[in-house]
Amino acid sequence: MATNGTLHGGQTGTQIRLTGVSKDYGLATPAVDDVSLTIEPGEFMTLLGPSGSGKTTTLNLIAGFETLTGGTIAFDGKDVGTLPPHKRNLGMLFQNYALFPHMTVAQNVAYPLRERRLAKADITRKVAEVLELVQLTGRDDHHPAQLSGGQQQRVALARAIVFGPSALLLDEPLGALDRNLRATLQAEIHRIHSEVGTTFVFVTHDQEEAMNLSDRIALFNNGRIEQLGTPEELYQNPRTLFTARFLGDSNVFSPLAIGDGKVTWENNVWSASTSFADAALVVRPEDVRLGSPPPDSNSVNATVRAVEYMGAYRTALLSFGSSGVLGRARLDAADTSLAPGQQVTAWWPVAQQRLVLSKEPS
Amino acid sequence: MNFRLLYFRTMVLRKQWLLLLPALALLAAVLLVPLGRSVLQSFGSPDWTLDHFRALFTDGVTLTVLARTALTALAVTAIAFLLGYPYAYLMTRVGPRMRGILLVVVLVPFWTSVMARNFAWIIILQRGGPVNSFFKLFGLDVVLYESVGGVTVAMSQVLLPFMVLPLFSALGGIDRKLLLAARGLGSHPVVAFWKIYWPLSRGGVVSGMILVFTLSLGFYVTPALVGSPKQSLVAQLLGQRTTQLLDFQGASALGLVVLVVTLVLVAWANRVGGTISAIGTVAAAPAAKDKP
Repeated sequence: MATNGTLHGGQTGTQIRLTGVSKDYGLATPAVDDVSLTIEPGEFMTLLGPSGSGKTTTLNLIAGFETLTGGTIAFDGKDVGTLPPHKRNLGMLFQNYALFPHMTVAQNVAYPLRERRLAKADITRKVAEVLELVQLTGRDDHHPAQLSGGQQQRVALARAIVFGPSALLLDEPLGALDRNLRATLQAEIHRIHSEVGTTFVFVTHDQEEAMNLSDRIALFNNGRIEQLGTPEELYQNPRTLFTARFLGDSNVFSPLAIGDGKVTWENNVWSASTSFADAALVVRPEDVRLGSPPPDSNSVNATVRAVEYMGAYRTALLSFGSSGVLGRARLDAADTSLAPGQQVTAWWPVAQQRLVLSKEPS
Repeated sequence: MNFRLLYFRTMVLRKQWLLLLPALALLAAVLLVPLGRSVLQSFGSPDWTLDHFRALFTDGVTLTVLARTALTALAVTAIAFLLGYPYAYLMTRVGPRMRGILLVVVLVPFWTSVMARNFAWIIILQRGGPVNSFFKLFGLDVVLYESVGGVTVAMSQVLLPFMVLPLFSALGGIDRKLLLAARGLGSHPVVAFWKIYWPLSRGGVVSGMILVFTLSLGFYVTPALVGSPKQSLVAQLLGQRTTQLLDFQGASALGLVVLVVTLVLVAWANRVGGTISAIGTVAAAPAAKDKP
């Protein structure tokens, strides 16, 4: 593979700094509300969130397709707020590929190079190089309509990186693909990020995709960044209930009466400490055990609702306490001891529980 | 197995053909038979001769009229395109309510009586009418009534929907993300339009132009009412030869020439436009199928 060509010769990408960025369409709430975020050179940053959370608008603001209503965006310290999209030198990948249907694969990939008035020989060489990088050599003369969805997205990827952009913006690029293909292209994107070495800003609503690919994740909610951190940080130490629920499964106990080193949920008193006045207790399904609780653990009575066989493991659907809050515990795949209706004691090590802010900050 | 399936499908197909029978019978009776007769007539049947065709090119009138008709049709096509393209573009950019209004506005000529429309144009274009008065403000005495210019204006209005509708359908199928993509890849918005949007809209442009041009070639009422007998178009010449001169053989020959020219043009445009609109259709439905 050509790893030392002009395509990716020790490129490190651009730093993208958002300061107090807002976009207000004049609706009840702004689409993006005072977002500050620094994306480091060469970083793989994911903007994750449900639809309408402001992640795509933020991407469009970076791309220049939308104009700021507040704040600043700077590339490597230079303000780009008024720079039109075609002068920002960014690669962009869309969910529907956005390949030019009247051009061949080679013409599509050559497009940004032609716009930059490169010499013909250089264009030919770079197109061949990047098509090799995305493993589409020999498809030069095909039209996009003759390619599968996965191949089309590879062409789009080639077109987005061939001109050595300051950063690559990816707007749910895998959303239109089926499951297997998505996994393949995820790996592909990962490989190309490490080979090209430029800054990647990736928008998705798929938490699994975000966890697999990202150096850091900015989790969006209602136009704001709910939490920013590595995938491990967000999964292991969610700060809010929203984060805990969005990334992975959670058993949530709320509301809590908070005392000194203790919290009370219904009539269960658990050892826990928090500085939040309004907290919820969160435990991941893989940390919940059934049986008699050892020391340094908290426990609650539960009723088994159902047991689902997941292949590698089983999941017990439980209802907790007197209110019957639903939750899950992960069991061994070989564990067939539970039956629906059975009363059990669920417990978890104190160290594995998290106390999170249960109300949205206002 | 296969044979039986094939047989079954052929039977179904045969029975479906029956549905076409009434229409085919009507077409045969009112189009194919008379058309055949006039083709025969144009060759002087029963005494075969090419004199009638020769006369068309030597009588000193027919060629002039044909050229004038072609030029008028070209002018009408150009005007309809210049007015229709921005209009159709706007229709793809506004909300559904406004789009409905724009559609109604463009279809009004369809719903108005041919006579009402043409007499309205006469009033507008005649000496002392609004157009004449407007030009007088600049010291110009322009009377478009009884001129090819007036005919062109009136025909453009009548034929505008035939330009706008195919264009609207073609432009509506263009994915606007492509323009964003082009701008992101370094194109000024004008360049993005020229390199991406325009080529993808060409299929609609060709269909609209062919429709307007071929319809213009055969226009009769508008040139007869708004135009002048001294500057007649080919349809008037045909009318004159059949109803006044009773020169059916000469009229048949002229009609055949116009028909052949039109068919050749449509066939050519179908080849050019066909390949383009095939691409346009693909553009409208990106990646419907996902094969790993």
